[in-house]
Amino acid sequence: MAGPGAGEPAMEDERSFSDICGGRLALHRRYYSPSCLEFCLSCPRISLRSLTAVTCTVWLAAYGLFTLCENSMILSAAIFITLLGLLGYLHFVKIDHETLLIIDSLGIQMTSSYASGKESTTFIEMGKVKDVIINEAIYMKVIYYLCILLKDPVEPHGISQVVPIFQSAKPRLDCLIEVYRSCQEILAHQKAASTSP
Amino acid sequence: MPRLLQLLWAQLSGPGMVLKAFFPTCCASADSGLLVGRWVPEQSSAVVLAVVHFPFIPVQVKELLAQVQQASQVGVAVLGTWCHRRQEPEESLGHFLEGLGTLFSHEPWLQLCRERGSKSWNCKATRRQGPTPLAPACEDQVMLIFYDQRKVLLSRLHPPAALPERQAGDATASAGGLAAVFDTVARSEVLFQSDRFDEGPVRLTHWQSEGVEASILVELAKRAAGPVCLLLACLLSLVSAASACRVFRPWPLSFIWSKLSTCEQLRHRLDQLTLVVSAHRAEGPAQLMRKANTLVSVLLDMALGLLLLSWLHRKDRFAHLAEALVPVADRVAEELQHLLQWLMGAPAGLKMNRALDQVLGRFFLYHIHLWISYIHLMSPFIEHILWHLGLSACLGLTVALSILSDIISLLTFHIYCFYVYGARLYCLKIHGLSSLWRLFRGKKWNVLRQRVDSCSYDLDQLFIGTLLFTILIFLLPTTALYYLVFTLLRLLVVTVQGLVHLLVDLINSLPLYSLGLRLCRPYRLAAGVKFRVLEHEAGRPLRLLMQINPLPFSHVVRTYRLPSCGCHPKHSWGSLCRKLFFGELIYPWRQRGDKQD
Repeated sequence: MAGPGAGEPAMEDERSFSDICGGRLALHRRYYSPSCLEFCLSCPRISLRSLTAVTCTVWLAAYGLFTLCENSMILSAAIFITLLGLLGYLHFVKIDHETLLIIDSLGIQMTSSYASGKESTTFIEMGKVKDVIINEAIYMKVIYYLCILLKDPVEPHGISQVVPIFQSAKPRLDCLIEVYRSCQEILAHQKAASTSP
Repeated sequence: MPRLLQLLWAQLSGPGMVLKAFFPTCCASADSGLLVGRWVPEQSSAVVLAVVHFPFIPVQVKELLAQVQQASQVGVAVLGTWCHRRQEPEESLGHFLEGLGTLFSHEPWLQLCRERGSKSWNCKATRRQGPTPLAPACEDQVMLIFYDQRKVLLSRLHPPAALPERQAGDATASAGGLAAVFDTVARSEVLFQSDRFDEGPVRLTHWQSEGVEASILVELAKRAAGPVCLLLACLLSLVSAASACRVFRPWPLSFIWSKLSTCEQLRHRLDQLTLVVSAHRAEGPAQLMRKANTLVSVLLDMALGLLLLSWLHRKDRFAHLAEALVPVADRVAEELQHLLQWLMGAPAGLKMNRALDQVLGRFFLYHIHLWISYIHLMSPFIEHILWHLGLSACLGLTVALSILSDIISLLTFHIYCFYVYGARLYCLKIHGLSSLWRLFRGKKWNVLRQRVDSCSYDLDQLFIGTLLFTILIFLLPTTALYYLVFTLLRLLVVTVQGLVHLLVDLINSLPLYSLGLRLCRPYRLAAGVKFRVLEHEAGRPLRLLMQINPLPFSHVVRTYRLPSCGCHPKHSWGSLCRKLFFGELIYPWRQRGDKQD
């Protein structure tokens, strides 16, 4: 991979891939320096069709109950439930984009941003990272996922934990290979630096 | 230096480990001076703690650093120079700064430079490759990480895994890269004690240099805490001495005290309060948090209790409650009588054994009659008793709830008695049946060997055994039905009591102070850190902002949970079903200190 050209700002590029269900994903890569790289994977947005379908179902059910019970509280309760459900879904469930930031000699940071703006971040120090690999899983069919292997403090060659990345976006193998290659470059650089005096 | 030469230089110097410079955000606008901090060689990172301004006398700077090093056990040294200049660089300042490198020798020597009013930074870290001052120097790449000094000082890292035991000395901070930064800043608090209004020989810039932070309320509370704690400790020791005195020792009273959940709760609260007002200081931050949590929990408890008391007194609710209590007890007894009449007839179409049915039914009906008479005897005094018990709500809502649970168990005492009778009868029947079934098959239980052995019985033994077996089998449905009905009633009462106990447990063990801290000052409880890449220009060093990642609420509750009475079900569902089938008595909600059945 070529480094930044003379006089250019940090290199950015954007490509589009698809996830395991067929939705469209956008991979946005920013190359800050030879030791710092950021990948941002945007998930498909919430579809208006499914939102309308769910709202209509809930309100039809509420109207059916209302005709049975003649109690108007049911209708207001249905509206309340729909609003709360939508807010809760946007704040706790729907992930807008996932970011992976690798900083050589510092660590790897994964951020999930929810549709309501909430961000949840995890940072793993480079001293704990053993390797970044693509692993296979069987879930109705064979799917691939990228994960970070953490070192075991007790046993030097053991693995204490496997941390999967891009769990909500679930990209396909072609996207994973892109990310994997760039991560391995930086990790190789890090390993060379840590073994040299 | 032109960009191309810079790149060439980076290629020639080889892939060294990138040097990380942790720079406090408060010093980003400070005047030029010396960088003072700690160098961590294992992570190749320099933690800058403060900036020493011109003019200074090098000897005094070295003295100050030696003092700080002695007081805080942190290896503080001069790490390099800081230059905050205007647009045109001053040549004299540049040479002066270079000369300082020979005065305060440190490997590597850091040179940070910033143009006033712009966001472009310049960093250089030079390292000599030989022992003599004339050996060639090589440059390392520098990565700038900004951190908020105040937040890092006040926060406490909660690592996901337990770190090994710490020993004293500089080596402790090498556990974990970022934990070292937190540790360094936290232990160098003595460096931050002087602000710019002090007339000291050395002028520093750090997070407190605009004035040391303090709060009048906190200082007053600290002064007042001593005598108040002493007074409370005396009162509490008096109370515990009174409760341990000989009057309460004899057997009937001690049995009653151990069964009442109110006494258990009061004892728990007394223990907690003794811990809070004890004279010796908290050993570590965990102990301090526990004390604070306990205090807030007790205060909230008392506030809720007083609220409940004021609500009960407002519309003369005590009188209403007392008036309603006796009819409710009467109603319950009446319903039980209806139930027994139903059982004595043909319940759910089942045909019962008439004689046994009548015996059991009349036995239980007589009990109910006794119970109703007892309640009617007590009815004039109930209002007074309730009023006095209600006063105890000012000791806390948990005490009021425990009293409620005790009142429920006293009012449903007859259901408990019926359950015990039914269970014992059923248990006896089941044991008899199983042993006679063995006889039927020609086997016997060997007590010595704890197993079933074959045995030859005499004819008359077999005859009587089979007869008894038949009798018991035919009487089984009646007993089983009574047992089932009363067990269900008892389980209902136990469930209600269990819910009350769960609520009490929740109030006891919720760490409210920690939750409040997480809500209002999230940087105090840190699960880790997060980084943000700041504006980056090609050719300039990489700049990151390190922020504190607060602990999630569920982790806060799990880490700082207060120890409670331990009222949790001690049977699994499987063993509960087994006990119910064999008629053994069940006590699903066991408390610590109860005698085993």
